[in-house]
Amino acid sequence: MGGDLTLTSVTKRFGAFTAVDDLDLRVPEGSFFALLGPSGCGKTTTLRMVAGLDEPTTGTVLLGDTDITRLKPYKRPVNTVFQSYALFPHLTVADNVAFGLKRRGRRKIDDEVAEMLALVELQQLAKRRPGQLSGGQQQRVALARALINQPEVLLLDEPLGALDLKLRRQMQIELKRIQTEVGLTFVHVTHDQEEAMTMADTVAVMNEGRIEQLGPPEELYESPATTFVANFLGQSNLVAGSVTGTSGDLVHVEVHGARVFAGRSRSRVTEGDVWAGVRPEKVYLAGPGEEAADEVNSLRGGVVSDVSFVGVSTQYLVRMAWDQELTVFEQNTGARKRFRPGDQVDLHWRPEHTFLLDATQDAAAGVEREPV
Amino acid sequence: MSGVAWRGRAWLGDHLVLLLGLLVLLYMFLPIFVVVLMSFNDQSSRNSYTFDGFTLANWTDICAPYQLCESLGTSLQIGLLATVLATLLGTLMAFAMVRHRFRGRSSANLFIFLPMATPEIVLGSSLLALFVNAGLAGVLGFWTIFVAHVLFCLSFVVVTVKARLAGLDPRLEQAAADLYANEWQTFWRVSFPLVFPGILAAALLSFSLSFDDFIITNLNAGQEVTFPMFVWGAAQRGIPPQINVIGTVMFLVAMTVVLVGELSRRRRAAR
Amino acid sequence: MSAAGHVPSLGPTEAQLTGRPDPASRRSGWSGYLLLLPGGLWLLLFFVVPTVTLMATSLYDPAGSLQTGYAMTGHWQNYVEALGDYAPQFVRSLVYALLATVACIVLGFPLAYAIAFKAGRWKNLMLVAVIAPFFTSFLVRTLSWQYILGDNEALVGFLRSIHVLAPDGYLLATPFAVVTGLTYNFLPFMVLPLYASLEKLDPRLIEAGADLYASPVTTFRTVTLPLAMPGLVAGTLLTFIPSAGDYINSELLGNPRTRMIGNEIQDLFGAGDYPTAASLSVTLMAAIVVLVFVYVRRAGTEELL
Repeated sequence: MGGDLTLTSVTKRFGAFTAVDDLDLRVPEGSFFALLGPSGCGKTTTLRMVAGLDEPTTGTVLLGDTDITRLKPYKRPVNTVFQSYALFPHLTVADNVAFGLKRRGRRKIDDEVAEMLALVELQQLAKRRPGQLSGGQQQRVALARALINQPEVLLLDEPLGALDLKLRRQMQIELKRIQTEVGLTFVHVTHDQEEAMTMADTVAVMNEGRIEQLGPPEELYESPATTFVANFLGQSNLVAGSVTGTSGDLVHVEVHGARVFAGRSRSRVTEGDVWAGVRPEKVYLAGPGEEAADEVNSLRGGVVSDVSFVGVSTQYLVRMAWDQELTVFEQNTGARKRFRPGDQVDLHWRPEHTFLLDATQDAAAGVEREPV
Repeated sequence: MSGVAWRGRAWLGDHLVLLLGLLVLLYMFLPIFVVVLMSFNDQSSRNSYTFDGFTLANWTDICAPYQLCESLGTSLQIGLLATVLATLLGTLMAFAMVRHRFRGRSSANLFIFLPMATPEIVLGSSLLALFVNAGLAGVLGFWTIFVAHVLFCLSFVVVTVKARLAGLDPRLEQAAADLYANEWQTFWRVSFPLVFPGILAAALLSFSLSFDDFIITNLNAGQEVTFPMFVWGAAQRGIPPQINVIGTVMFLVAMTVVLVGELSRRRRAAR
Repeated sequence: MSAAGHVPSLGPTEAQLTGRPDPASRRSGWSGYLLLLPGGLWLLLFFVVPTVTLMATSLYDPAGSLQTGYAMTGHWQNYVEALGDYAPQFVRSLVYALLATVACIVLGFPLAYAIAFKAGRWKNLMLVAVIAPFFTSFLVRTLSWQYILGDNEALVGFLRSIHVLAPDGYLLATPFAVVTGLTYNFLPFMVLPLYASLEKLDPRLIEAGADLYASPVTTFRTVTLPLAMPGLVAGTLLTFIPSAGDYINSELLGNPRTRMIGNEIQDLFGAGDYPTAASLSVTLMAAIVVLVFVYVRRAGTEELL
C-alpha cells in the first residue's frame, strides 16, 4: 500500500445522530495532519473510521489506491495511539510493545522491541506493568506499541490529553521529532488549538461533522473562512458592517458609521452585509484623536471597561458606542502607554489584517468552547 | 484527669462504629466457633447436642455415619458439573449483555435478574410442577438437581462476570484489533485474561451456591441425597459430629482459596 | 496566537461529554443473540415454562393425585381454600421476614459503615470475614444456633441469671430464635450492597455536612442515608425475599406455632397435594412482587428525592 490517505464523501450516522457528514479529506503521505474541533464534532469518529473501529455509513476510505473502507482493523497497515492509551494492564511494557509484531507471526523480535523502547527512552522499564508507570511513561509505551509496526498511517487520538501542561509541551516537541525521524503519516486528533498549530503541517478544523477549513496553521489563523474558525482558533473581534465598494486590492466596508478597509484576499464576501473581523493582538489603542493615518482602520469612541495584566501582554476590553465589547491584546514592550478602566480610546489596525466573513453566519459560533 | 476522660470519650466516639461493626462480625462468626468446637465433640448420645468431651475420632472417621460420604460425593459432583455449565453459559451471556448491541437488552436484563428475586421455595416448586407435568416424576434425581442448580447459578454468574466486564475498558479490545489481533486472538489474549478473575469468582460462587442449596434441591431430588439433605435428615434423628467436621473443612478450604487469591493478587501488584 | 494561553484539558472523553454511548464499545448484529441463546434457552425452559406450569397447576382440580393425574379445570377455589387455611402462616412469614430485615439493617449498617470508613487497611480482611462464614453449610450453621440457644447452654443460663429470662425461660423453639436465625443467615446480603453504596460515598461529603452546621445525626440523616439508599433498597430486597420463603430456620429453631408458608408449601408437595401447594407458591410470589413494587416505588420517589 502506501500513499495518501483519502476519505471520499464519508458519512457516519449513529441512529438519528450524524457524527460525520459527507466528509472529503486528503492527507498527503508523510505529513503531520491535525483534526481539530470541539467535543462531538466528529473528529474522533473520523479517526476511528480510518482505524477500522467504526465503519462509514456511506463513502470510501482509500490508502494509496487501496480501498480499506470495509477492511477489519487488524488487516489495516494503520495503528492508533488511543486516548488514555489503552495499554494492556496484564502484560509487561515489553509485551505490550511486542503485541502487534507477535500477532503478525513475527519471531525473534527482542532486538526490535529493545530498539523501539530505546527510541522512547524506556529500556529500563521493559519488565514493568503499565499500572506502575507515570502518565508520561504510559504515553511513550502507547507510542512505541503503535510505531513498532511501522504503519502507513499513525493515528493519535488526543494522545496528550491526560498529561499536565509541562509534560504536554515536552511531548509535543518529542512527537514532532519522532515524526520527522520516521517519516510516517501522522493523523492527530485534538480539541486543543494550540497543540494542533504547534505540531501539524496541515490543520483541518471540524465542526458538526464537517470540515470548516483546512490548511497550514498560519493560513487558518490569519485568514479564517468562517466565524467558527475565527472564534475557535484563537480569538476574533467580529463587527457587523456592509460593503460599500472596492478599490484595487481593497474592499471598503462601512462599520457603525466608520469606514474600514479589508484586503481582497482575506475577504470571503465582497458585497452586502459582512462580519468585519480582526484579531485582538493586531489592534492597538490610542487616546482620542491620536495616530489617525489614512491607510489605517480606525474605530473611535471606545471606553476601556476592563484591563487584565497577564505578563507578556495586557488584555483590554473596550466598550464601543454601539454597545459591543471588543478585545485588544497589547504586548508589554514597555514602550506603549497603559490605559485604565474608564479611559477614552480609539482602536487602530492595518487594513490587511481585516478579514471579511459572510454575515449570515452566527458571530458567536465556536466561542463557547467546552469549559477549559 | 478530665483531659484523660475527654480523650477517652473522643477515642470512643471515633471508634464506636468500628467496635459495633466488630461485635456484629463476632455474631456472624459465633456459629463457626460452634461448628469447629463440635467437630471435636465426643458425643455421648445421638440426641444430645451438647459438648461432652474432646476427641479426634470424628476427624479420623468422617465417613462413619451412614450415607454421609456418599451424599458428599453427590454434592461435589453436582456442584462441579453445575458450576462448569453455569459458568460457561453465564459468561457467554455476560459478554452478550456488555459487548453487544441488540433489541430487547433491558428485558433480557430483567429476565436474568428475576430468578434471583424469586424465593427458593417458589423456584423449586415451579420446577417440580414442570417435571411432574412433563411426566418426569419418576426420574427426579441427580439430573433434575443438576438442571435446577445450573438455573439458579446462571443469574449469579451473569451478574458477577458482567460487573467485571463492565469495568473493562472497551478500548483495550479495540487496541488489540488495531494491533493485528483477530477476534479470536483478541478474546484469548486480552478479554479473557482480564475478565478471568470475574469468571473465577463466578465459578466459586456457583459452586458454593450449588453445594449449599437445600430448599430447591429437596423438592426436586427424588431418592437422591445431597449433603445438605443428609444434614437435614440427620437433624431430625440426631446430629452426628462428623457434619461439623465437614463444615470446618469447607470453611478452611474456602479460607485457603481466598487467602491464596489475595496473596497472588498482592504479589502481582508488587511486581 | 491567543495570549490567554494554553489551558490543559484533562477532560472527559467525547462520548462522556456528548452523553452518547461510545459508539464502537458494542458490536451489533447476530453474534449477541448467539451468545445469549444457550443460557437464554435454559432460563426459558427451566424458569419461564416452570413458572407458567406452576400457575397452571394451581388451577388444577384438587381431586386428582400424582398417580391418577390432574385435570385442568380452572379451579380458582384452590386459592380461596389455601388462603383460608394458611392465612396465619402467610402473615407470620411476612412479619418474620420484616423483623429479620429490620434487624439486618440495624446490625448491617454499622458493620458496612465501619468497613467502608473505619477499617483502614483491614478493609479487605473485614470484607472476607463477612463472606467467610457462608462457606460453611447453611444448614450446619443453622444447627449451631440450636446449640447456642439451647436450654442448657451458657447464653440461656446467663440471661436467666440477669433475669432477662424467667428461671424456666428459654430461647430455642421460639419466634425469637427463628428471627435470629433468619437475621443471621441473610445478614451478608444486607452488608455487601450497603458497603458497595457507602464505599462510593466521598467522605468529604460527610465533612461538608459538618462544615455546613449539621450535627452528626443530621448529617447522617440528610447526607449519608440518602446516598446509601440504593444499597439499602438492594439489601432489603435481598434479605426480605429469601426470608419470606425460608422454612429451614422455622423448622430447626422454631416450634409448630412458628411455621412459615415455606414449611406448608414443602409439606403439601411432599404429601402430593400439588394444586394447593402451587396456589400457595403463586400467592407468595404475587405478594412479594406487590410488596417489592410498592417498596421500590416509595423508596424511589420519596426517600430518594
